[in-house]
Amino acid sequence: MADRPKKKFIVTRFDPETDEVPKTQEYEIPVEPDWKVLDALNFIKDEIDGTLSHRWSCRMAVCGSCGMMVDGEPKLTCKEALSQYGDTVEVSPLSNFPIIRDLVVDLDGFMDKFQAVKPWIIRAKERAVEEGPMRQSPEELEEFKQFSMCINCMLCYSACPVVANEPDFLGPAAIALGHRYNVDSRDEGADARNEVFRGEGTVFSCSFANECSEVCPKHVDPAAAVNQAKFNAVIDWAKGLVLPRGGKE
Amino acid sequence: MRAAIAAVEADPDASVALVSKVYPMRSHTVSAEGGAAAVARDDDNFEMHGYDTVKGSDFLGDQDVIQYFVQEAPKELTRLEHWGCPWSRNDDGTVATRAFGGMSTKRTWYAADKVGFHMLHSLFQHSMQFDRIVRYDEQFVTKLLIENGTCRGVSALDVREGVVRVILGRAVILATGGAGKIFPFTTNGTIKTGDGMALAYRAGVPLKDMEFVQYHPTGLPGTGILITEATRGEGGHLKNSKGERFLVDYDYGVGTKAELGPRDMISRAIIQEIEAGRGIDGPYGQYVHLDLTHLGEEKINKRLPMVRELAKIYIGVDPVHEPIPIRPVVHYMMGGVDTDVTAATELPGLYAAGEVASASLNGANRLGSNSLTECLVFGAEAGRNAITFAKGSSDGEEGPLRAQGEEEAARVEALRGKKKGGERLAHIRHALNDTMESGCGVYREQESMDATARTVAELKGRYADIGLEDSSKVFNTELTAAMELGAMLDVAEALVNSAAQRKESRGAHTRKDAPTRDDQNWLHHTLCYFDPAGPRIDKKEVNLGKWVPEERKY
Repeated sequence: MADRPKKKFIVTRFDPETDEVPKTQEYEIPVEPDWKVLDALNFIKDEIDGTLSHRWSCRMAVCGSCGMMVDGEPKLTCKEALSQYGDTVEVSPLSNFPIIRDLVVDLDGFMDKFQAVKPWIIRAKERAVEEGPMRQSPEELEEFKQFSMCINCMLCYSACPVVANEPDFLGPAAIALGHRYNVDSRDEGADARNEVFRGEGTVFSCSFANECSEVCPKHVDPAAAVNQAKFNAVIDWAKGLVLPRGGKE
Repeated sequence: MRAAIAAVEADPDASVALVSKVYPMRSHTVSAEGGAAAVARDDDNFEMHGYDTVKGSDFLGDQDVIQYFVQEAPKELTRLEHWGCPWSRNDDGTVATRAFGGMSTKRTWYAADKVGFHMLHSLFQHSMQFDRIVRYDEQFVTKLLIENGTCRGVSALDVREGVVRVILGRAVILATGGAGKIFPFTTNGTIKTGDGMALAYRAGVPLKDMEFVQYHPTGLPGTGILITEATRGEGGHLKNSKGERFLVDYDYGVGTKAELGPRDMISRAIIQEIEAGRGIDGPYGQYVHLDLTHLGEEKINKRLPMVRELAKIYIGVDPVHEPIPIRPVVHYMMGGVDTDVTAATELPGLYAAGEVASASLNGANRLGSNSLTECLVFGAEAGRNAITFAKGSSDGEEGPLRAQGEEEAARVEALRGKKKGGERLAHIRHALNDTMESGCGVYREQESMDATARTVAELKGRYADIGLEDSSKVFNTELTAAMELGAMLDVAEALVNSAAQRKESRGAHTRKDAPTRDDQNWLHHTLCYFDPAGPRIDKKEVNLGKWVPEERKY
């Protein structure tokens, strides 16, 4: 272990029972060449300091638990190779969220926004199981597939300049997930979701900075979803003026 | 989640608490890759799916459970389709199916190679429309509350606030998954610590068939990250250091299907290949190759995008151009809380579904892609039956239940920031991992299993002496990790003691000192009961039916 190269980690610490504001703590530890950032945090937790709190689970970039700021950028820590960072690495909780403890942030605000966009299939009449699966062509699947890849890791909220200024903004992931159902050929609930999208602090707040799409670890393009959602919400509204009953074609 | 939806649909007045130690979309179903099995094609039928499953189970599956499962499977996957799951499609818009090990035809529904992810998110998002499903996120259940012989709720630590509360109800359903983290190399996420199994075990409910641990043949060395069986279903080859397709070139009993053989047999073949000196050296021991290069970039991108991403990020290999290093890793527990075809346990009011349970669908070896469907079929069944039970039951006496909650609060409080004792939590965990690997690996022997049983008992003693540093009440993950380790030790105890007494080889339980199956003496389930003095082993009849045990050949 003595021969392994060392790196210094500057980690945000915050315990509301004892701290008024977050502080930092430094740990210098030996690292392995194939470690991800998360491996270093787990080593610190296991061997040096049992009081460090962070979330993680799958360590294969799909559960979305371990998002943090690494050298100031929102990252999935289980996905980022430590070798790409320098001798000193700063790890802090995701920006734009309230901190619960150390590297753990409060996602309840997101969960409410997520629910608000009605992220489920809405149909006028529920299809009976006996009728079998609906048909959907590979092209129709392609329409929404990428938006369904969101793992709710919240990196996009951390990167978004609008979320930073307008806490009520629905935000990239929630809009992308609502839009995902609007463009699913099996869904009939676009009117209800567009109503949500047209509400206050919603799709129109987006300044199209594109930061969300750049940081997404799953190559979802929330910025495109927000832009399409904006367009559709306006079209839907304009149609509503001409065809008073919503006029879905 | 499926149980919660079934419960609120079964009773318009029911209210369901969805209690989870993580946000629901973090649950480990998210990591499942390859697919979910259900009869879909004209060339398939329930008889074939049933027989494949019975044979895959090495005849330890309960045939009433298997028959119910195969009939319900297409309905459940169709329901999930109606709820938005993005199943991959054929050109005509019908749902596509792929080949999987041990399945005699293409019956595995898939959504590229992120099937667990899409199933979990589709279910969770669908569940959000029900006001009567009330989420309790990041609440760590510490005990099942039992009053007058009936399970009537749980006590749970609110991880954010550090307080223990009771959550009362007329029935409880466990859906907490497996316990892969008791082993060092596993596809399982860090949250898979056997909490639900331990809760039931401590409450006197037996754990069944715990000796049967599935090693997935293709995990990444070091991390244990899963490379889906769909790689083999889509035509990938396993190769040794000489570049030979050893499943074909050497006689490992996997038969003409070679890479489409069942997991237990392929895992054993890989170990034998390495022992024969035809493995490849790596920093984490010997491995073999999974070669996809002949499939071509387009097919890999379309059908196996996640595999390509995982291989690139976690082992620095692009499977379009190079073979992927793989080795068998612990993947799934066939054993679990003893349940029947109704998802009920022997404790009134307690139900279980999914990997935490052993409904005896999987017997001694699970076929890949049966378990995602199992979560839905028996989740729904548990939800409906829990409602029926609740309607015929009463709230019980609140006083004694709250008193149990108080006791739990005191127990957890005493553990938090416990300074005395010198043992580091992680060191006991590592010692547990090591002994489980040496005693309960792919190949087992009496001596090493007995040694592991003794070591686990010792570790339980050492666990009583752990030292914890974190005395904060707020999001104290050292405290939850300590409780998880307690669960892991109990589950490991049941596992190794169940394994040490089964003196035959069946399915995933393979003994070098008893290499054949012995239906005369061992065609029965193992039950393991908790006892403070040490586990008590009992047995239970296998529910046989029309499929008579025969030699398992592929």
